[in-house]
Amino acid sequence: MGTLVEEILSRKIGRRVTAGEIIFADLDYMMTHDNTTPLAIKAYRDVGKPIFDKNKIVIHFDHAYPAPNLKAAEAQKRIVDFIKENDLPNFYHQGICHQVMIEEGFVKPGHIIIGGDSHSNTYGAFAALGVGFGSTEIGVSWCTGKTWFRVPETVHVVLNGEATPGVTAKDIMLAVLRELTATGGRGKSLEFSGSFIENCSMPDRIVFPNMSTEVGGTCGLIAVDDTTIGFLENETEAVGPFERIVPVEAEYERVVEIDVSSLTPQVACHPKVDNVKSIEEMSGLPIDEVFIGTCTNGRYEDLAEAAAILRGRKVNRFTRTIITPASRKVYEKALQNGLIQVFHDAGCTIGVTGCGACIGRHGGLLGPGERAFTTMNRNFVGRMGSPESEIYLGSPAAAAATAIEGKITDPRPYMQ
Amino acid sequence: MGRIWKFGDDVNTDVIIPARYNITIDPQELAKYVFCEDRPDLPKEAQQGDILIAGENFGCGSSREHAPIAIKAAGITAVVAKSYARIFHRNAMNIGLAVLETDEDLDVFSDGDNAEVDLSTGVLRSTTGNAHIQTKPLPQVMIQLIEAGGLASFVRDHDIEELVT
Repeated sequence: MGTLVEEILSRKIGRRVTAGEIIFADLDYMMTHDNTTPLAIKAYRDVGKPIFDKNKIVIHFDHAYPAPNLKAAEAQKRIVDFIKENDLPNFYHQGICHQVMIEEGFVKPGHIIIGGDSHSNTYGAFAALGVGFGSTEIGVSWCTGKTWFRVPETVHVVLNGEATPGVTAKDIMLAVLRELTATGGRGKSLEFSGSFIENCSMPDRIVFPNMSTEVGGTCGLIAVDDTTIGFLENETEAVGPFERIVPVEAEYERVVEIDVSSLTPQVACHPKVDNVKSIEEMSGLPIDEVFIGTCTNGRYEDLAEAAAILRGRKVNRFTRTIITPASRKVYEKALQNGLIQVFHDAGCTIGVTGCGACIGRHGGLLGPGERAFTTMNRNFVGRMGSPESEIYLGSPAAAAATAIEGKITDPRPYMQ
Repeated sequence: MGRIWKFGDDVNTDVIIPARYNITIDPQELAKYVFCEDRPDLPKEAQQGDILIAGENFGCGSSREHAPIAIKAAGITAVVAKSYARIFHRNAMNIGLAVLETDEDLDVFSDGDNAEVDLSTGVLRSTTGNAHIQTKPLPQVMIQLIEAGGLASFVRDHDIEELVT
């Protein structure tokens, strides 16, 4: 009984919970990356108790890996030493943490995963409760195996209709952001449903919980169906059986309904993520860097969407174009199917798998006065480098068309 | 008692401390870069006892705990805001930084005013002028964590389920 988040937590603790309650729940996994692990190790050492279950600890190197400077190298060496000392089994350096968590089978319906990264909400695409936490709480949970949650109220986002050609999941999520604003989901669970979501592939569905963070959401969730289970069975290492978790007689705090058939491609404009406009309004704005990748849009299907436009074309000589596959698995498939060759021929730079330019530490920083068009999930001022640079967010297709023209460009004419 | 550093709405974690400075966990090192691009005077001039005032949704964005650590290490003893982003709020509690909420008008205070905050009564009072406001009572969990010096110290001495949430 209840919303998806109430269903997940109720199943986990063995009694019915409702929004507003505070509960303790056992955790399936605690995830951190190179940026958030050092403080988790410090908290763990401060507690001074043994590790509860080392199989639950998952550590990824993705934010600044391989190390772009000596301090990062030193920090990563200390993490590796800790992993060796404690013989931790789950250590990955093969791409963005969230993508690898899914590929390696850590994400299953009903799991509770706390992540030292705000986009841990991503796992909600599989009806796993992924929630972002700070490092201290994660380091402490290495000892306790559990933590407390306030069961969030739910904003139900119903996406109905069929998107017109050239309008992607990213465009639709940007429209949701405009509707809800950057604070409209603060502390809430965002539950996505409707005929558009039902017909979506898993790579497209992932965009919605991933960006639920951008409206302040505690989590973003999608019910389990045949598409979810098919993907888990065929595309990940996850082992079934998988729980078919769906909302049951749910009471929602708010319902937002959007007819996606009337939407055009969207752009989230500098300087705020909810400053969303249709691409027609923004067309022609010169762009210095195009960056395609990240936990939002760095999957094979995203690269394929960009490659379909870039095939046989060249990117603008003043627009450096960086393609960063989300994981080694994505990279491998892109390589085998000729996408990497397409990007290479078009004049793109292929980045090291991982977070890349998204966090402004390596892989394509912006100088003062520069403007980026990217497939990322947030455009905070200065995130990619200089505080005097600007970031615009859109779909992989729009990014590819923009790279060719050197200015923000509606991708639809390139898709016919 | 200390000076007020005043900010607006939606102050995000990249403003509090950009990711490229998060390569250390040394609080004093992090404090050097707190607000270094948005308010470069703050890391240079902040003193122990200063108070940070902000509007809605303070600390939105990343889960990086470097943000509250840098604020605390710079000498800020309390943050008073209209509202907070969830992860930042919880991170601040977990490291023992007092984060107070209020619905009252914060425009009665100006940047640079001297003020003091009484954590037991929740009153923020200007010592430059006469302005004062009441903040919401601190939740018990925050009092426990501030008294313990943070979550890690609390769990060293207690079962985590002893937290009064």
